[in-house]
Amino acid sequence: MNVLLDNFPEFRDGFIGTVSITAVSSVIALVLGVLIAGFRVSPVPPLRYFGTAWVTLMRNTPLTLLFLIFFFVVPEILFPGMSSFVLGSLALGFYTSSFVCEAVRSGINTVPLGQAEAARSIGMTFAQTLQIVVLPQATRTVIPPLSSIFIALTKNSAIAGAFSVAELFGWQKLMSDKGYDIVPVFIWVALGYLVVTFTISGLFRLLERRMEVAR
Amino acid sequence: MSASVLYDAPGPKAVVRNRIYAVVGTLAIAALITVSIVRLADKGHLAPAMWDIFNYTGIRQNIADALLATLKAFGLAAIGSLVLGVLLVVGRLSDHKPIRWAATTFIELFRSLPLLITIYAIWVGFLTDYSMWALAAGLSVYNGCVQAEVLRAGINSVPRGQSEAAYALGMSKTQVMVSVLMPQAVRSMLPTIIGQLVVTLKDTSLGFIILYPELLQTARLIASNTQVNGQYPYVSTIVVIGTIYIAMCLLLSALATWIEKRGRRAKTGIKVAPGAPASGIPTMDAVPGPDLGGAGGAGPTGDGAGGTGVTKN
Repeated sequence: MNVLLDNFPEFRDGFIGTVSITAVSSVIALVLGVLIAGFRVSPVPPLRYFGTAWVTLMRNTPLTLLFLIFFFVVPEILFPGMSSFVLGSLALGFYTSSFVCEAVRSGINTVPLGQAEAARSIGMTFAQTLQIVVLPQATRTVIPPLSSIFIALTKNSAIAGAFSVAELFGWQKLMSDKGYDIVPVFIWVALGYLVVTFTISGLFRLLERRMEVAR
Repeated sequence: MSASVLYDAPGPKAVVRNRIYAVVGTLAIAALITVSIVRLADKGHLAPAMWDIFNYTGIRQNIADALLATLKAFGLAAIGSLVLGVLLVVGRLSDHKPIRWAATTFIELFRSLPLLITIYAIWVGFLTDYSMWALAAGLSVYNGCVQAEVLRAGINSVPRGQSEAAYALGMSKTQVMVSVLMPQAVRSMLPTIIGQLVVTLKDTSLGFIILYPELLQTARLIASNTQVNGQYPYVSTIVVIGTIYIAMCLLLSALATWIEKRGRRAKTGIKVAPGAPASGIPTMDAVPGPDLGGAGGAGPTGDGAGGTGVTKN
């Protein structure tokens, strides 16, 4: 108990850090993932190849290596002196985008071909087919995997703590460096993460229930 | 791509449009890559001297040692996680409430915690001087929980009739689990299990943070201890080490795909036993023994949808 009370400001900052890096990189992952999924299902071969290469590379690279790339290579390409929070969220967002892309793509693929054919045959335009027929059905199948992807993202955000982003793992490291017993520290950090992950899964369950339809 | 949900087979107008998109897209991607490479080259990161360091036997030896260290941690973690996974799934499906409760709590807790904080806590708390064992233990605990859930999904996908038939034959609970449920579960879940092993392999790179001298840690050491033309060779080292990681993961994934294909082939390849032999007396030979294992293929082998949800890390 003392660990938490004596170091509450740091713990609070760490918790806020975890929540904000999760939020920022979720947005990056979602935008990028949907874009790449769009590439992967497009009728334009070069874009499809790019999407496939992106997913293969990102999924088979350890996240820690991606963090190294973002902290040591990307500043050289863009400009030096980017904050570790920005670099960390970019690394997490890029990594997760490949999983989001695959979830979205498989969601689109679960919509039966006949649905789109029927929509086209009654004269719907591409935008109408997408909006009225394909996306509503695809979204429903995409939500459960997205939930587990974002929970995994939250857990992966711990690695950012090792790259000097202020978040919960950073607090754990700080406390063990200060000489506190690791067990209570571990329990508090665990609780912090559980709060975030349970919130995410709760939100998604809510979303799922709202979008549920009788079939 | 002639039949896709989103796009109709293109007419002449769409063919032209798609071609324009293709050219523009290729140019944009090529430009992005070229600009990145030029920027890196301008700062001297791609100079020949940067790559020359990999000709030194010392550095080669370092990388070989690191690769071995990574594989050692991976091997330990793979064995540990599979053993723990089997134990946990047996516990979770046990008939005794306390065991079931304990296994469920363990699985749910460690599955929802970041692997890194588990590894770090084990390292600081118990195994400070044995970073390899701390890494392997942390990986085993986390991945064991995931493997247990994968196996549970596999066991649940075995048709109920299988275990009912086994009980009807008078098999004990252990026998049913060991010789009826487990083989079929493992078989139908093998692609997912290997997929999780790929994740385990990738996660050995967390040893970086607890200073275990695996590939990534060595990469960092090489890059920060060598100076070429007044610069640290981060780019070339990361390219070399990244290639090694990606190659290892792709090899393991290829194994999973191969096994999945093989499973699918077996499913259709197994001939249905020809009509019962004319003699009404069922001899022991007529009982299609090996087909019991083969029937595992009849379960949802193509568990891509259910499986990938678990593999995500």
